[in-house]
Amino acid sequence: MSEPRQVAITGIGVVAPGGVGRKEFWTLLTDGRTATRRLSLFDPTQFRSQVAAECDFDPRAAGLSAREVARNDRFVQFALAAALEAVEDSGLDLRRTSGADSDIDGDVGAGDGGRAGPADDDGPVVGVCLGSAVGATTRLEDEYVVVSDSGRLWEVDPHYASSFLYHALVPSCLATELAHRFGAHGPASVVSTGCTSGIDAVGYGAQLIVDGEADIVLAGAAEAPISPISVACFDAIRATSARNDDPEHASRPFDASRDGFVMGEGSAVFVLEDADAARARGAHIYALVAGYASRSNAFHMTGLRPDGVEMAEAIRVAMDTARVGGHDVNYINAHGSGTKQNDRHETAAFKRSLGDRAYEVPVSSIKSMIGHSLGAIGSLEIAACALAIENDVVPPTANWSTRDPECDLDYVPNIARDHPVDVALSVGSGFGGFQSAIVLTGPNR
Amino acid sequence: MSASAPARPTSADTPSAADGSAPDTASARRVPGTVRPVVTGLGIVAPSGIGVQEYWASTLRGELRVAPITRFDPSRYDARLAGQVTGFEPEDHVDKRYLVQTDRWTWFGMAASRLALADAAYDPGDHEPYATAVVFGSGSGGNDFGQRELERLWTRGRTAVSVYQSIAWFYAATTGQTSIRHGLKGPSGVVVSDGAGGLDSLAQARRVIRRGTSTVLAGGAESGLTPYALTCHLSSGRVSTAAEPAAGYKPFDLHARGYLPGEGGATLVVEDPAAAARRGAPHVYGEIAGYAATHDAAGHARTAPDGRWLAVAMRRALADAGVDPDEVDVVFADGAGSPDLDAQEAAAIRAVFGARPVPVTAPQGLVGRLCAGGSALSVAAALLAIRDGVIPAVGNLDTPDPAHGLDLVRDPRPGVVRTALVNARGYGGFNSSLVVRAVSPT
Repeated sequence: MSEPRQVAITGIGVVAPGGVGRKEFWTLLTDGRTATRRLSLFDPTQFRSQVAAECDFDPRAAGLSAREVARNDRFVQFALAAALEAVEDSGLDLRRTSGADSDIDGDVGAGDGGRAGPADDDGPVVGVCLGSAVGATTRLEDEYVVVSDSGRLWEVDPHYASSFLYHALVPSCLATELAHRFGAHGPASVVSTGCTSGIDAVGYGAQLIVDGEADIVLAGAAEAPISPISVACFDAIRATSARNDDPEHASRPFDASRDGFVMGEGSAVFVLEDADAARARGAHIYALVAGYASRSNAFHMTGLRPDGVEMAEAIRVAMDTARVGGHDVNYINAHGSGTKQNDRHETAAFKRSLGDRAYEVPVSSIKSMIGHSLGAIGSLEIAACALAIENDVVPPTANWSTRDPECDLDYVPNIARDHPVDVALSVGSGFGGFQSAIVLTGPNR
Repeated sequence: MSASAPARPTSADTPSAADGSAPDTASARRVPGTVRPVVTGLGIVAPSGIGVQEYWASTLRGELRVAPITRFDPSRYDARLAGQVTGFEPEDHVDKRYLVQTDRWTWFGMAASRLALADAAYDPGDHEPYATAVVFGSGSGGNDFGQRELERLWTRGRTAVSVYQSIAWFYAATTGQTSIRHGLKGPSGVVVSDGAGGLDSLAQARRVIRRGTSTVLAGGAESGLTPYALTCHLSSGRVSTAAEPAAGYKPFDLHARGYLPGEGGATLVVEDPAAAARRGAPHVYGEIAGYAATHDAAGHARTAPDGRWLAVAMRRALADAGVDPDEVDVVFADGAGSPDLDAQEAAAIRAVFGARPVPVTAPQGLVGRLCAGGSALSVAAALLAIRDGVIPAVGNLDTPDPAHGLDLVRDPRPGVVRTALVNARGYGGFNSSLVVRAVSPT
């Protein structure tokens, strides 16, 4: 049986709390600084949780056109900015437009960058596979408030609606905008598996390359969930931290005093390529996407059993696909959301899948610093893994001070660690029962 | 570099899991296989009926099931018609404990899934839990739930918001609840590509099966008939403002003037053929023989003006299936119902099939556009056409636009159907094509 194609990460772009750009992101993580703060995107006074990890983001400065900003929710804006950085980083010459619809006005033949005649099959197929859990929720809520007159009208007034509401209604707008900006005519879709979306989108994107459905994929995820309805819905189930008097230290994964996650936002986008093609063009390869798997717990939409069986199964299959064993894993990027049940659940999953090796491998949660950006976080964590491999440094778990007897692994407390990393495992757990795992390896493995 | 996957041998030549691995063990395959999954169960919830029999009989009779919106007072909106699911008693289809925590869209998806499992005589409890997964195409999420909770938040404050909002509104709700209801622990997923989502879910199901999972529930459903969701649809500028149902959504008609939203969808039970054979699946409706997707990448609301990327998707899907265009018995078209989009699809069909007048149909003219649910329903219709040897007519077609130059099916057309090509497009430029084929009895 022939060897499957390998998938290389050749470009990384990041928009994260505490910094725009992958360098700023990595500096924040390795400094162990936290970007959580009192929520400022709206007045949070009425809410139980008033902390968030927000991006200080100027879309125009990040290279977006005025029209891209006007028609898109913040989550798409994040992804466009991250994708611009990733494509630039990759050195690939993908068509770039200004992002204006008028780029194709007029000449019928110009829709494909001027290529005349029917589309042909020459050249690499470029796909788009982006994750998001809640899509354009923020924009949908903002416009709802207007058309409903602050909730007074059930039969909302369409005269107050913007022209871009359908674009917001279905989150596939995320894939459309990236396909348009980069002239990506291959398969395009959005993956929306709750809080594992950011892992699953990269996993699916890699599968497109392995299966020969695409040669290059812009893969990643974006989320901008910090809106009143999102904060309210997590308030209602007490999933988020209420440490409102100490927002900088509110996200406390694996710490005994943890009291819930801190909502975040942001995006990470990767250029994935057939590794042989990437090597042939002399591209810099950060890491290989070597294994991916997802399983469901079929138990509860939000609840987790403490045994971590299904996550352990996802880890086992991802490692098997990557042809690595527990002894090969040098770093685990944990889901580490900072809820009581999650951190216990995945600690059990690591022990179940790696055995005693779980006690030797550094495990950390970057959510301690950049919060939990729902569907985006999985991709931001994959970016952290790729950069850990690149730099042989493991980011820490910030705010760790008190040991929880049920969380007894090496969580790299508070200070980044120089540590050779050739195989990194990242995991996620999402509402809906999704448990996903992805394995990155060094470029030459 | 060739973009399309190499033509594969026909399924008759390719026993599943050719390397001898047993898909039912749920062990991961390091190298994905090339097996062609088969569809062994269909579950339908549509404006034309609940269950395969009702839906198919109504479709073949050509019953127009778009009507004035009754779920709220539509008088202040320019569009007042939709395809509504009627006679659906949620308690008959969804266990009570799920009803309270889910949106109407999820009820449809769960109802269709239960029907599909029954049709397939597949009880997930008979198999180890990782052997079965659920991958749905999702559209606009939980609109009824979402608008109601937004109203509560903005009129009564955050303490009025339901504890179920976080799990009812988001796009993964139906997949997650279905996995819980039936105990499915396999690699489940949710794909979103507007109207193309139903086909894309089947493609993801195929990827999952080729990696060792034996059975996947796929398809999708939609329910967007709330005042706010309708307002979102209207902003696209493509919704028909006709007052009379017969003038509403008319794919390929000279008087096409846009689409009408509809609700409902379909679940398909997709299986590794060897696993289906081992358990003695009562029906094999057909195999998923080929698939491809492209994107127009032409603008946020635009499509490539000449349908070229839809044609590429169709060609790649046929190549993936190893099927010559001459072997295709029918095209189930996207049938957008707007003159420009219909013209693009007609041009793409003509480009792929050349001078041969391949029969083209779009029964969804009877029910409206169901987003991801609609393309799932189109695949179900194509498989029923294969089963019964009859092509349903284009829905609500009175005066075919002669400029399209297509062989549009005007009345149910009997004849052997072995191979069908299904197109689906999504707002913004998504193009997906799927080939389903009859499976020869062995």
